[in-house]
Amino acid sequence: MPIGDLLPEIVLLVGAVIIVLFASFAPQERQAWAAGLALVALALAAGFSLLQWREPPALTFSGVWALDTAAVATKLLVLLAGAVAVLLSPDWMRSDRRHGEYYALCLFTLLGVIMMASAHDSMELVVGILLSSTASYPLVAYHRSFKPALEAGMKYFLIGALINSLLVVGVVLLFGLVGDTDYTRTAQVLATGGDPLALSVAVACIVLGLTFKLAAFPGHAWMPDVAQGAPAPVAALLTVASKIGAAVALARFVSLLPESQLWPVIVALIAVVTMTLGNLAALQQTDVRRLLGWSSVSQSGYALMAVVVIGREPQALPALLAFLAAYALGNLAAFAVVTHLRGRTALADYHGLGRTQPVVTAVLILALLSLVGIPPLVGFFGKFLLFKVTIAGGYGWLAVVAAINTVLSLFYYLRVIAVTMFKSKDGEVHVLGSWSWLALLVSAVLLLAASLGVEAGLALMEAIRFAG
Amino acid sequence: MILTVAWIVPLVGAVALAAFPRWSEARARQWAAAVAALSLLALVVAWVGFDPAGPLFQHVDELRWVPSIGVAYRVGVDGIALAVATMSALVFVAAIVYPVNTLGQPRQYYAWMLFLQSVSLGVFLALDMLLFYVFFDLTLVGMFFLIGRWGHGTPQVSALKFFLYTFAGSLLLLLAIIGLYLSIEPHSFDMRVLIERQPLAGTGLYAGLVFLALMLGFAIKTPLVPLHTWLPQAHVDAPGPASAILAGVLLKMGTYGMIRLPFAMMQETFAEYSLVVGIVALVAILYGALVALGQSNLKRRIAYTSINHMGYTVLGIAVAAAMFSDNLAARQMALTGATVEMVAHGLITGALFLICGSFWQRTGEYELDHYGGLAHQAPLLTGFTVLAAFASLGMPGLAGFVAEFQVFAGTFAVYPWLAVLGVLGILITAALFLDMLRRLFFGRLPLHLGQFAELKRAEWGVLGVLSLGILVIGVYPRFLLTLIEASSVLLVGGR
Repeated sequence: MPIGDLLPEIVLLVGAVIIVLFASFAPQERQAWAAGLALVALALAAGFSLLQWREPPALTFSGVWALDTAAVATKLLVLLAGAVAVLLSPDWMRSDRRHGEYYALCLFTLLGVIMMASAHDSMELVVGILLSSTASYPLVAYHRSFKPALEAGMKYFLIGALINSLLVVGVVLLFGLVGDTDYTRTAQVLATGGDPLALSVAVACIVLGLTFKLAAFPGHAWMPDVAQGAPAPVAALLTVASKIGAAVALARFVSLLPESQLWPVIVALIAVVTMTLGNLAALQQTDVRRLLGWSSVSQSGYALMAVVVIGREPQALPALLAFLAAYALGNLAAFAVVTHLRGRTALADYHGLGRTQPVVTAVLILALLSLVGIPPLVGFFGKFLLFKVTIAGGYGWLAVVAAINTVLSLFYYLRVIAVTMFKSKDGEVHVLGSWSWLALLVSAVLLLAASLGVEAGLALMEAIRFAG
Repeated sequence: MILTVAWIVPLVGAVALAAFPRWSEARARQWAAAVAALSLLALVVAWVGFDPAGPLFQHVDELRWVPSIGVAYRVGVDGIALAVATMSALVFVAAIVYPVNTLGQPRQYYAWMLFLQSVSLGVFLALDMLLFYVFFDLTLVGMFFLIGRWGHGTPQVSALKFFLYTFAGSLLLLLAIIGLYLSIEPHSFDMRVLIERQPLAGTGLYAGLVFLALMLGFAIKTPLVPLHTWLPQAHVDAPGPASAILAGVLLKMGTYGMIRLPFAMMQETFAEYSLVVGIVALVAILYGALVALGQSNLKRRIAYTSINHMGYTVLGIAVAAAMFSDNLAARQMALTGATVEMVAHGLITGALFLICGSFWQRTGEYELDHYGGLAHQAPLLTGFTVLAAFASLGMPGLAGFVAEFQVFAGTFAVYPWLAVLGVLGILITAALFLDMLRRLFFGRLPLHLGQFAELKRAEWGVLGVLSLGILVIGVYPRFLLTLIEASSVLLVGGR
């Protein structure tokens, strides 16, 4: 058992356990120290993940765990998202007297997401998804006395239970067909043929099952509620981390399937429905957090475009990760702004924000423009690569649909930008403390640095591939 | 280097304006004007250093940017780009110097103006398709804020409509650019390579789709009928100087883009569809002129004449693309005429919209019926308006005539019927401008205009410079034609 291959995950696990113990014994005024512990754990995990980058793509633990560049890149992204979310939390949670274990739950969620992305075995995948789900249910409903939070938690839990059971059904069916849960073996057996109907059902169940964490149609309905009701740092975490993990897991799974399956068309249809639905629903929102939630749904639709062509286009996987990274940076910055403004959420509360909070408004505008894909922000390059691989993979119509959707999305992003800049202000603007300010600046700097250093990022992305 | 200076200087100026919160209105305006003029100067230097007998693209700068996807920072100009860019810089200087009510936020206003100047020049100077697209999109951002914040009427609605509509066009453009990019091995965004290799020649449907997406994208920007509906509203609600830039500079990106991308890179496909494009242009010419005639709102009327004039440019481009016609000289003349039309229209319509701004600042009214008999009250305003209107309707001796003559002469040789019908557009334009002048300046002075003030020094100074440009091009077009012909000969294939 090469334990060293799991160092990042072990660090997260140990960190979470230490935080739970610390939170049980620490006095109330020191609960926030758990954030520091969590950051240390995240930094160590990121460091160990970086060490894994150089290795050639490999499988470990009898082939159930992938150690490839795709997994490492996902880990780094997810840990980064976790760090920003943790950094946003101490100020947000200050009013909650006992909240140390909050950080442990964050780490468990991240651990589950990392397992999803690294799983090279369908049971491993299920375990990862369940871990990240169960750890994040309580996070969403952490403000027990806040009705929308409870509603969001309930929705999240029920949809999760339903769709995850669908996933498990799919995995069991696949196991019955193949006689193994290991991906390498699965790919071999599937290549030699089998019962096409049962295989189609199994594949459909697994793909649909993954839409839950991806927040794509039909498993998307929790996303806007969570974005609105959950603590804002948790919303930042869940809109970013679980989406990245699920997208990579889905890409890894579909690249096993033989060409004869119709999965690209199915995924393409899911992509179309997801992006269109997300954008149409976001158009109507007068609540900024809910709007960001729906925009996050539509972004899942874009990400699926790369999954569609993953078997045809060698550049599809790098494009997928580049897009996810760009999305993560934009979305984290947007949620950092929302958090720093004490979670202010009604669109009307953003009127004239540009006059009183110029820096915060500038970050918000940059984040939203990056999410639309206005060049030269990093979001543009993400979207550009997606369009490129989609057209090169022969799905030009999908790129056209995505372009139309981008225009739609511009409408609601601009609405937010317009009220901050053009309306006159009313009332005072209260902000959280210095931690959230720091997190806001970090996310903004990351966004700008990624936009300016696109070349370096893309060069890294070139090296991304799956093991096996 | 000189081209990089030309677009970076305004950007630096904009950043400086944003960074120094204590600057007064006068200081901000002086700074912006100086910076804009410096950028204009850089382009004039580039013009002087341009060798008409040299290669197509000159003053080329190249820097690595994102080599892994074939993107680089590449700028350079041919005669067409240089002429349009220099005109744009001049219009920007004029728009910045022109007095306007900045609603208490002078620094922001001038910073956005300079930002817009920087990215607009970038569009004309870029030699890399992706860079072109980047600048093309950023102009929308700049214009969005200028209209939304300093406009009147329902500025936010107009700004949003403008952004959405034209962004839809630019996404089509992006898809087409990716289509072009993928068609060449190794994949590259370098315009020079694409122009030289014509990668889509003979690829049938694929080329047709890319061409369609490119033309739709540019037609929205130009705008061509029936994709013009964003234009009148954006113009009416924008502040005067922003309108001048919108008409003088931003519309040119559509027609310039047509020359740079589909015309230069897909000659074979364009030739196939040149008659269709020509007919669409003819519709735009006639429809724009007729609708303009029906407008009772001063700004709307001028806005619709823009559609008409851009129609002449597109007609010229379509004729120049008709490769099957062996009449090289005629095609060259049409392309030169189209470019001169861009320059002339920029100066003329820029002046007309600035004049609209002056009307608005004095009365807050665009309805023609509100005015009358101003010739005595404001002789200078009358003089400049008459000059610009006559130039716009194609009076010989002024800039518009040089352009329209060449376009129609070229068209007559290739598509005689289009030329015959197109000339009707000039007739209608003449009618609508004469009617406009009559209703603004002649007849009896209404009582409520008793206090109507004559142009201030800053206003007539700016209009004087623009009018001088219109006159010089009309009387001595040689200096401009030498520059443009150097490139149109190469592009049409005469050398």
